[in-house]
Amino acid sequence: MADRDEGEGPEISGEQKKEIAKWLLTNAPAGEIQYVAKDVRSVLMDDVAYEAAAAVAFPIYNKAHLLSLAMPDRSGDVIISKFGEIDSESFLDPRTAQVAIVDHVKQICTKVRPATDEELPCSYIEEFRALLDAELCKYVDETYSKGTCAVYCTKGKTWKDQEQFSNLRNGSWRSIWIVEFKDDLQVVELKGKLQVGAHYFEEGNVQLDSTNECKDSTMVQSPDDSAISIANIIRHHETEYMASLEGSYFNLPDTTFKDLRRKLPVTRTLFPWHSTSQFSLTREISKELGIGK
Amino acid sequence: MEAALDLMRRMPPRQAEAALSALLSLLPHHADNLLSQIDQPLQALFDAESGKEFVLCEYNRDADSYRSPWSNKYHPPLEDGPLPSDDLRKLEIEANDIFSVYRDQYYEGGVSSVYMWKDDSDCIAACFVIKKDGSKSAHGRRGYLQEGAWDAIHVIEVRSEVDGTAHYCLTSTVMLSMTTESKSSGTFTMSLDLPLEDGHVCNMGKMIEEMEGKLRNSLDQVYFGKTREMICTLRPPRMACLLDLYPSAD
Repeated sequence: MADRDEGEGPEISGEQKKEIAKWLLTNAPAGEIQYVAKDVRSVLMDDVAYEAAAAVAFPIYNKAHLLSLAMPDRSGDVIISKFGEIDSESFLDPRTAQVAIVDHVKQICTKVRPATDEELPCSYIEEFRALLDAELCKYVDETYSKGTCAVYCTKGKTWKDQEQFSNLRNGSWRSIWIVEFKDDLQVVELKGKLQVGAHYFEEGNVQLDSTNECKDSTMVQSPDDSAISIANIIRHHETEYMASLEGSYFNLPDTTFKDLRRKLPVTRTLFPWHSTSQFSLTREISKELGIGK
Repeated sequence: MEAALDLMRRMPPRQAEAALSALLSLLPHHADNLLSQIDQPLQALFDAESGKEFVLCEYNRDADSYRSPWSNKYHPPLEDGPLPSDDLRKLEIEANDIFSVYRDQYYEGGVSSVYMWKDDSDCIAACFVIKKDGSKSAHGRRGYLQEGAWDAIHVIEVRSEVDGTAHYCLTSTVMLSMTTESKSSGTFTMSLDLPLEDGHVCNMGKMIEEMEGKLRNSLDQVYFGKTREMICTLRPPRMACLLDLYPSAD
């Protein structure tokens, strides 16, 4: 490492600045990218590099965090995710069968247009999708204080994704469930990925980032019943995960924290600073040094 | 600078090193400022001569070498690196030995070091550092932690009064990181007047013990409790009953 006393280091290139800015932006905690963006612009001191980095970083961040934006015609919210992506600026909202055009950097939805037939699933799948969507909305409403969800179908296969995103203060919960219908086995398989994040920084910087993956399956039934049982499975796994997080937090001080520092020594008393064999020697020296030389 | 510090508070603590080096390359003029204001995890070196490890920090550094409190030599060797006076060195040895026992009692492992010097006004100053790696592969006794570290830096300045007491001013910083969570504490200070006849090491030791105890408790309640609270607000109705079952503080 260069000697710290030097005030000037070698000038770094615009390309390097852009890479650094992109890294900082994509690592911003949930809901904080605008604050981070302000800081990055300030330390970068190079607007050209910043704009270039933001153009690349914001879409990545928005998709990873399942950003939900209000659609201008007040028809609801659209979730920005790779599942609903039509092209880099357009995202499908299956519930209202619309495509939203968004500005990633400003994090707003600029306009909507109706979705074309190619962009929507066929009516058979749509039936399942709509029922599942309705069940999930009920679940999200009763469980999360400010959640949104969406169910997407990928064309060609009968494959659906469901996402929930709830953001409160600086905590976030994201879950992505992939539901696969195996027609030949009459079985539905679910794979879920749940991510929880939290950030508290009043007197320091505490961040939680926890992921859980789970699997389950159930029998294919009528569209109504399938929707209900899928929603129930999701509810079950998410609640379980939540409880285990809670449990590990409660245990933290007693078990894991103790591995770092005990509350008290094994003797259950404070350390006996007074009774050390060299006590008198220390006293002598301290006296000498204490009363200035 | 403010923007830089704010960024450090928002970047995931696990990426703190990468974030800091990114900032250093963007703002080379502010390098000194950044390094002194941003806490970084402690490193340790092995002193082959004494067969023990010692912790690296600003207070035992000269150029790119660090002085071992066990052998009193610089690693890598340095021609005329500053050394404490003979009397101060005796006190330093004493402090290192006793602090090592304290460390063992509370940390059941880890590395500790004490460095002493005289400041510009000829007052004694000391730095007590502890580095504990609590992960399963290192010194975690119970094997609960996948990854975890506690780094503590305590700096004490002594001003002696004429009436047989000395005025001690302690400034402490603790950096903590665990698998599911990472954090870095702020800096806390404490000032006390204590009788000289108990000896500096004893006085300083007691202050540090009290400070560490307080920090440990507040880390638990304030930080982990807060995070737990935040997660619970994400899914309130379900968790309400669980919260009632668990007491809120230990």
